[in-house]
Amino acid sequence: MKEAATIQKGINVYAVRKQFPILNREVKGKPLVYFDNAATSQKPQQVIDALVNYYSNYNANIHRGIHTLAEEATAAYEATRDAVQKFMHAALREEIIFTRGTTEGINLVAYTWGRQHVKEGDEIIISGMEHHSNIVPWQVLCGEKKAVLKIIPITEEGELDLEAYKKLLTSKTKIVSVVHASNSLGTVNPVKEIIKAAHEAGAVVVIDGAQSTVHLDIDVQKMDCDFFVCSAHKLYGPTGVGVLYGKKKLLESMPVFQGGGEMIKEVTFEKTTFNDLPYKYEAGTPNIADVIAFKAALDFIQKTGKENIRLHEDELLQYATEQLQQIPSLKIIGTAKEKVSVVSFVIDKVHPQDIGILLDNQGIAVRTGHHCTQPVMDRFCIPGTARASFAVYNTKEEIDALIKGLHKTIKMLS
Amino acid sequence: MSGYKTIEEIEKEIVEEFSLFDSWDDKYEYIIDMGKKLQPLEDEYKVDANKVRGCQSTVWLVAEYRDGRIFFKAESDAIIVKGLISMLIRVLSGQSPDDIINAKLNFIQEIGMTTHLAQTRSNGLLSMVKQMKNYALAYKVKNSTTV
Repeated sequence: MKEAATIQKGINVYAVRKQFPILNREVKGKPLVYFDNAATSQKPQQVIDALVNYYSNYNANIHRGIHTLAEEATAAYEATRDAVQKFMHAALREEIIFTRGTTEGINLVAYTWGRQHVKEGDEIIISGMEHHSNIVPWQVLCGEKKAVLKIIPITEEGELDLEAYKKLLTSKTKIVSVVHASNSLGTVNPVKEIIKAAHEAGAVVVIDGAQSTVHLDIDVQKMDCDFFVCSAHKLYGPTGVGVLYGKKKLLESMPVFQGGGEMIKEVTFEKTTFNDLPYKYEAGTPNIADVIAFKAALDFIQKTGKENIRLHEDELLQYATEQLQQIPSLKIIGTAKEKVSVVSFVIDKVHPQDIGILLDNQGIAVRTGHHCTQPVMDRFCIPGTARASFAVYNTKEEIDALIKGLHKTIKMLS
Repeated sequence: MSGYKTIEEIEKEIVEEFSLFDSWDDKYEYIIDMGKKLQPLEDEYKVDANKVRGCQSTVWLVAEYRDGRIFFKAESDAIIVKGLISMLIRVLSGQSPDDIINAKLNFIQEIGMTTHLAQTRSNGLLSMVKQMKNYALAYKVKNSTTV
């Protein structure tokens, strides 16, 4: 029977689960409950198959070879770029640069556009809920250029204080770099409003889409961001691949990041001319296999339906929030009106690490600690949180297992 | 002072205690219980200088050299780590610097708690073992240079 061309409404989570072989395994003798999706999602069989197929049938270095394998590998690699362009609604395929991940994308912008434009006394604005990856590159740049790093404060609910943000913007603001969805609070930030205000002040905007891309519709043109970064491994794809989207005129005007093969047109010892976009920023042999397999992940998302995934995750988020709130000693950190499927919480007089160890002992994988967002933890005066984050393959029964596991954990620790 | 048990003897005792448990839950309950019973460290010692840096939980460790032996006191803000600390103190505190330096601490593996020494746990336990051995080494060097 032919597959239906249109996406079915709603998902059958049990059919989705069958596509993820890892979900069959046990941990400590119990069925795995994987709630660490904000760290990395599991991979569907088609992604694993794409990797094996590449290495088994057409492994070759790309772009330069004229033999059949090189052509096939190049075509598959570039097909992923087309798929990403479509997925993010970028205007042009050359605006899609493959990186190692979100972190490298942010560093690339800081080292190129940042070094070129930021001068002494200039200002860079980030928010109080940034991942360390969206703090450190800017701190380094500010240190080097004697520029000032300004922070948008977070409200008690875990939302950005937009009034305060607008007051931080000045004619000296060169870059605004904010997270689209917070990995430790789940908050979805109003990036359109943030971008519009930054543009009015003459700043360029970097959006960290590490957490948002898997949950929300991403349209970089409507959003009007100047740069957008994300990682494939949080999108059901392989590790070691990320995407940097940049507006063409910015990418063209920026200096190169790394020098080497792929990114050059001509090299003599006197002078090198650089390749056109996107290759200008893809020095050296890229991560061919994982880029190719990334397309299989995007295909999985398209086929399942982004809207369907979102609705399913929203349902899980709502159910988990309701159930967790019934535990008297538990407090949810991050209660923004708009959230992705991430719930961070603390329990009275219990260290998050103890929660993590005892849940793992029941086969339940959550993340504990500061989630690489230490300033967020300082803001809420806590050493860390336990965080459950949900993906398309998670179920309400698994949330029930988490709640049961938490009751047991609290009992063991009291 | 006599009557000190060797590191191996104490390790053997702990392994025997754990052999009574057949489930992970029971093992963890026992560790939590030890954590609760660990003598709290006086506030004056809970300073940055005594912190053993770990990614998630904080461990404070102090060492005192007396009569050729090293005595440890420690605490953590996480209870399971406290339980693990309590076992390390039981094994290593009151031993000679040489014995501490050479201790293999196989009991951790034998009771199935190696995951807590793994890099991923980043709970400071591995750092604590290292720090205890560093103290032993420091006292050994100090003694050999002053004698």
